[in-house]
Formats: sequence, structure tokens, C-alpha cells
Amino acid sequence: MKRIGIDVGGTNTDAALIVDGKVVKGVKTPTTEDVLGGVRTVLGLVLDGEGAAGLDGVMIGTTHFTNAVVQRRGLNKVSALRIGLPSGASLPPFVDWPKDLAGLVRGTVHMVRGGHEYDGRPLVPMDRDAIREAAGHISEAGVRSVAVSAVFSPLTNECEVEAAEILRRENPDLHVTLSSELGRIGLLERENVALLNACLQDLAHKTTRAFVDALRDSGIQAPLYLTQNDGTIMRAEVAEAFPVYCFASGPTNSMRGAAFLSGVEDGVVVDVGGTTSDIGYLKAGFPREANSTVEIGGVRTLFRMPDLLSIGLGGGTEIAADTQAIGPGSVGYRLTREALVFGGRQLTATDIAVAAGVADIGDRSKVAGLPKAMVEATLRRMREMIAEGMDRMKTEAGDLPLLAVGGGSFLIPDTVEGASEVVRVEHHAIANAVGAGIAQVSGEVDRILSGMGRDRALETAAAEARARAVASGAEERTLKTVEAEDLPLAYLSGDTLRVRVRVVGDIAANARRPERSVA
Amino acid sequence: MRTIEPDEIDLLATGAWILGAGGGGNPYLAGLNLRTLYETGTRVSLIDPMELADDDAVALVSSMGAPLVGRERLSDPRFAVKPLVAMQKYLGREVRAVMSGEIGGTNALQPLMVAAVTGLPVVDADAMGRAFPETQMSSFAIDELPMLPLVLADIRDTELIIPRAESPKWMERIARKALTEMGSVAATCKAPRTGREVKDHAILHSTTKAIRIGRTVHEARRRHDDPIAALVEAEKGAVLFRGKVHDVSRRATEGFLRGTVRIEGLDGDRGASLELAFQNEFAAAWRDGEVQVTTPEIICVMDSVSGEAIGTEMIRYGQRVSVVVLPVPDFFLTQRALAATGPRAFGYDFDFRTVLAGRGQ
Repeated sequence: MKRIGIDVGGTNTDAALIVDGKVVKGVKTPTTEDVLGGVRTVLGLVLDGEGAAGLDGVMIGTTHFTNAVVQRRGLNKVSALRIGLPSGASLPPFVDWPKDLAGLVRGTVHMVRGGHEYDGRPLVPMDRDAIREAAGHISEAGVRSVAVSAVFSPLTNECEVEAAEILRRENPDLHVTLSSELGRIGLLERENVALLNACLQDLAHKTTRAFVDALRDSGIQAPLYLTQNDGTIMRAEVAEAFPVYCFASGPTNSMRGAAFLSGVEDGVVVDVGGTTSDIGYLKAGFPREANSTVEIGGVRTLFRMPDLLSIGLGGGTEIAADTQAIGPGSVGYRLTREALVFGGRQLTATDIAVAAGVADIGDRSKVAGLPKAMVEATLRRMREMIAEGMDRMKTEAGDLPLLAVGGGSFLIPDTVEGASEVVRVEHHAIANAVGAGIAQVSGEVDRILSGMGRDRALETAAAEARARAVASGAEERTLKTVEAEDLPLAYLSGDTLRVRVRVVGDIAANARRPERSVA
Repeated sequence: MRTIEPDEIDLLATGAWILGAGGGGNPYLAGLNLRTLYETGTRVSLIDPMELADDDAVALVSSMGAPLVGRERLSDPRFAVKPLVAMQKYLGREVRAVMSGEIGGTNALQPLMVAAVTGLPVVDADAMGRAFPETQMSSFAIDELPMLPLVLADIRDTELIIPRAESPKWMERIARKALTEMGSVAATCKAPRTGREVKDHAILHSTTKAIRIGRTVHEARRRHDDPIAALVEAEKGAVLFRGKVHDVSRRATEGFLRGTVRIEGLDGDRGASLELAFQNEFAAAWRDGEVQVTTPEIICVMDSVSGEAIGTEMIRYGQRVSVVVLPVPDFFLTQRALAATGPRAFGYDFDFRTVLAGRGQ
């Protein structure tokens, strides 16, 4: 069993070679602007003296898409088509988005008549002419990606599917994201997920291409996977259409990697990256799942995500020269050009740490002239941010171990208020690459079952989900049900339920080419 | 009379959602509508019920239906006003103010949306002090005030006026049937109350109470204190159970969302399990098979960490939750009120029970 886990962060690209459950090698290199260069470099480093033979898979986790939304970079324009009038007119698509982000990505917005009732009847007949008209406006505006939402589409996606056909007929090159493929009941939140997915299409395509090219250039034949929010993997060609499923894969991987590397299964993981610190709560080796809506770059969403607190503090965080304000801007992957210790002109968190003597990076003499009082005060404020973040994620008053990981973890002091101990794990700087490398396989069933009662319907679906996970390469005895729910469909005869069950498990040692099942 | 300040909209939404006892619909969307209107300069006034003249007419406006439907068919102020306009036309008279029939959930904000469009003030009162699934559970119905006429407006161009019915129960039955046809959500306007009736029979100052609850929770969060502990202390409630949601069963019948939730204990409750039954709102709780708390006491399920209330339509497997009991206004503990709102009114074969001390069981 030989796998490479890679994490492409905003600042660094890390890789871990994992053979039979052990990390045999870990490497780190700056992320390059084209992504490809960095991935190619780590693959070269990690395979040096090893060769690509016998590799079972390459698992890449990336925060690229999240960073793009948070920093409002690399996003393409998106049009919104909502099928649901006469309801919802006062709350149009983008209504609860931060104004700067909406201003950046909002293309055209269309609301047309249609959608369904909770019981499956049409709300009103769908206005196909209006959709054709919208398609015309979208083309005229030069927008190439559109998010389609419809009232009650998680129960019946007819309207969204037909609207997509109409849009594609009018404009075959249009990329269409359907809200029913991504989200749950809750029109606004589901529509927001679809809009975010749609505004990341160009970047997702470009990024996946870069990964594929990097593997090819490195002579790797093994399949490429992208890791998802829940710590499972998806074939890259499937993942490309759903960048939102990669949103939290970086932090998820780092938390699972930290647990794997330290053997500590319960605690708070603080992953200090280049741009942000992600703080998560680890229970039995897994991140706690967010119960409610999750905000991404200020956009309210509701889908499967780990419960995370992201604060704007990383190794590349910019410190304002005049006010000493910390962030939220970051030099990110340009750290090795722009930070003072690397001969640049931007004062960063890393410079403060070097000046204070808690890190030894770059050329120390370049920060020797910084006023001592300013350095100490700034370091103290950065540490307070971390302690407060940890406190906010705790469920109980008692102290818990703090697992310090990530390339910027030198910002975490050896004692933190509220932490029983600060655990610095081996390979901590590549914890997320390790987490990607140990990612699991899932099996999911989402279907309508009738005439068997609720318990049997759930059992039937669970058995099928397990079979799918095993077929995808999971070890049967490691399977756990992570999601099981049923939605009644009152409009169909008899006791008809829509049942959704999702199981995850470790990759079986003998699975050579696991594939993600598509429900 | 005073202006409801912009920051109070979020507080009211949080407080009303907690008083919803798992039902009543999440006020987020109504709050979003109000914030959108407030951004354009609109302001809503809150009037103390004691400021009303005895012969003032006060319209009860609400949104009726299954909370789940409201998350898809989003609320709209222009739609909320429709039944009021129809009611005034039917009665041939204007009203002095609007009020909520139900302070729990999205209906706490419905009169604010109507007020924002019409300029009428909102009365600081309601008729439930929480959310209940049916109209006959309101203080006005229990005190046998005439409940008719009732106006229902559909999102399509359909309005229904029920001028007469044998009893509130019959009005509710007919309205429910129509509501189901309309897609389980409709905007309603109920028989206007006189100022005197409001003063004598309403649950007074409940808008202020909901804002206060919201402020308690928000301030605890800001101080990084436990918002649940702050809430039960300030409102004299209790934490009944802490655990993880293990199973949820739901069915949509006759315009209601009915079902059960099983929670496996964590922390001090490890090893025990709690079962909750709901009909839109949480109605009863059993710990290891023993009834602990029943309606009309306010049973809320809250996210153990954030203190965010979780509705019966959104509760799901794996959530870490705290089950909290808050006292219902004393009015509902009278024999007469318990007959309409106690467990037997929901079809259970046992009497009212609570874990809160000194509340006449």
C-alpha cells in the first residue's frame, strides 16, 4: 500500500509518502502561481530515490477554492436562474451575500415562474419562455457559468434538469450547476452553494488540469483523487465539477493527519497556514461536523462541512507598518519574495516571529532593526487571537490538548490558556498532506423507496451504501454510517420515503484502483 | 410607542426562534426581509398595548403552515400584507395596529413585515407566548373570543374568507384543508381584536421578551460564555438533557410535520436516552421511557456549542444538542388553558408535566 498525499495550500505545497500506514517521507515547497510547478516539485522530491512504480494513488487536498472565495480572487462571473415565482421575489439570489463578493461575481439574475410544492405538485407551470429569454441575456452578458435553483428541487429536480437542457440548447458551452446536486432543503442556502460552485468553474478546471499535468510530467500512472470536506476522496474528473466539495478538505485533512500522527484523538487542532489559522475540534479522530449553516467568505451555506473556525492569521499575514494591524491580507505563496526575512518589503507574521526569536526562517538580520516593543506587542496579540479561537471552539470548560500543526505553527506558544498541553507532532508541517494520504472511501445511496416501512427502507439503503463503499475499495470492517436520513414524500402512494445513507471506511489494502461510487 | 432599532431585528429573530419550541419556522428569512427594508430607511414602531384605546381595532397577521415549506417558499412582505387588505375590505374598516398571534418563530416578525409596508405600528403582545400548532391554542381562543372572520391568502391569486364556523376547532379544520391545497403555507389575517380585548386577553409584552432573550444569548456569545446557561438562568428554565441526535423520524400529515427524535446522552447524561415527540413544535420528552416535560411548557433543542435553536424540520443525525425547558406564561397553566394546550389536546394519554419547580402539576 503506497500512496502520496499532497496538500496545496495558499502558501506551501506539501507531500507525504505513506507506505503501509507509515509516513516514510515528507516534503514541502512553496506553492507556485500556476499550482503546477509546486506540485511537480513536491512529486519530484518525494519520489526521489523511490520511483513512481507500485503507487496506489495520489490524493490531493487543496484550499485553493476556499482561498479564492475568501480573498475574492480568480472567481468567474456567474448568472443565477431561480425557478420559483410567484414566491420569494423579495429575496432574490445573492440577497444575503457580502456586497463586495456579490459585486465581483454577480452576472445576470433571473427569477422565473415554476418550482414545486412540498408534496410534488407543480407550484405553477414552469415558464419555459422566460428561461429561454434568460439564456439569451446570459449569452449577451458573456457569462459562461450559471447556477440553477428551484423551489423544492431536493424533492424533485425536474425543473432544474429541464431548465439546464433549455439553457444548454441555447448556449452549448454554458456550465450549469444545479442546486439539487449540492444542497439540502433551504432554498437560499442551497442556491448559495450552487452560486459558489458556479463562480469557481474556471479555477476548478484550470487547477485540476494543473494536477493532471503534474502527475503526467512526473511519470505517475496511479489514479488522481481530490479529497472532500468529509475526509473522503473523489476521482479528479468528478471532483472538477464540484469545487465546493473541496472547500474544507484542507482543514479536514490537517485535523485527521494531526490525529493520525500524534495518536491524540480528542483535542483542538490549530492549523496555522500561510493565510489563515483553522481551528477545529477533534473527537475520536474525526472533525466535529457543523450542525448549522456554515459561512464561506461571508456566504451562508448549508451542506456537509466540518465545524471550523477560521481566523485571519497565518505565516504570511501582513502586519501594517503604521498601525501594526494584523491581517487580514496575506502575501500567501509570495512569502519567500515579499517577507522582510526573504529580502522583500512587506512586514509579515513570520518576520515578527523571527524577530522575536521564536522562528528561524530566512535572513534574521533583515528584521534586526524592528523595534523590540512593537515585535513583542504584535506577537502577544497574535497569540491572543489563537487562544481566543481555541476557546470559542471548545464545548466544555475543561482544558484539552492543543495539536499544533501547519507551516506557521511557530506562532503557537508552548503554553496556551485553556490547553492542557501543546502537542507538536512529528511531520506537523505536513499534517494535511498526511491527512490527504489517509483519506477514506465513501458509499452513498440516495433514492426513493416505497412499501417497506421506514426501518427496512433505512436498512436496505444502508446495506447498499456499504456494498458501494466496498466496491469502491473500502475495507468492510472499517465502515461507519456517517449520515442516515429519510424524507417523507406525501404525494406518492403508500409509505414512500426518500432515503439517504452515507458510509465511509478505510481503503482496503488490496484495492488497487478504488473508484468513487456515484449514487 | 417607540421605534424598533435596526440591531433589535436580529435579537428578536433569535429570541423568537427559541420561543418557537422547535416550530414556528426560522425567522431568518423574515429578518432578512426586514433588514433589506431597513436598509432603504424603513422603520417599524412598537406600541405598548396599554397605549391602545379600548375601541381600537388590531389585526392579527401571521403566516400559517409547515416550517419546512417556508424554507423553500420564501416569505415576502408584499404577500404578508394581502390578507390584511382583504380583511379591511371585507369589514369595511381600517385597523389601528397589527400584532402577532404567535411570538414563537417567524410569526413574531410577520407583523413587522406588514408594518414595514403599511406604516402601521406593531403591538407589543401576542396570543401564545411561544409557538403552537393550532389556532385554538391561543389565549384569545381559550378565552372564547370570536375568532372569525379568518382570511387566507395564497401565493397565487387566491384569497379565502371564512366568515363563520361552528367553533375555533372547525375554523382550524377548514383552514387546514385549504392550507394543504395552497401548498402548506399561506398568509393570514385573523379577526381584529379591540384594544380592550388585547389588554385583557393577550400575552403582554412578548415582543420585548423575545428581544430580551435574543440579547441574553447574543451577549453570552460575545463574552464567550455558555449561551445556554445564560438563557436558562435569565429566563428561569432548565437544561433537561445533553446528547447526540441518534434518530429522527418525520412525516408530513394534514399540514403538520409530526415525528420523533431520539437523543443518546453525553457528558452527565451518558448512558441515558431522551425521546422527543413533535407536532410542528416539540410536545413531550421521555427520559428512558419516563415522561419528563410536556406541552405547553416550552421545549427547545439547541446546538450545544453555539446555542442556536434547532427546528424540528432541520434536526438531524449526529447533531450535539442540549434540550432546554423554558416556562410558558402562567396563563397556560390554568385548567382551562391546559385542556386546550396540554398533552391530552395532542392525543397523549397523560397530564401536563414539567421539571421546573413550583409550577402546579
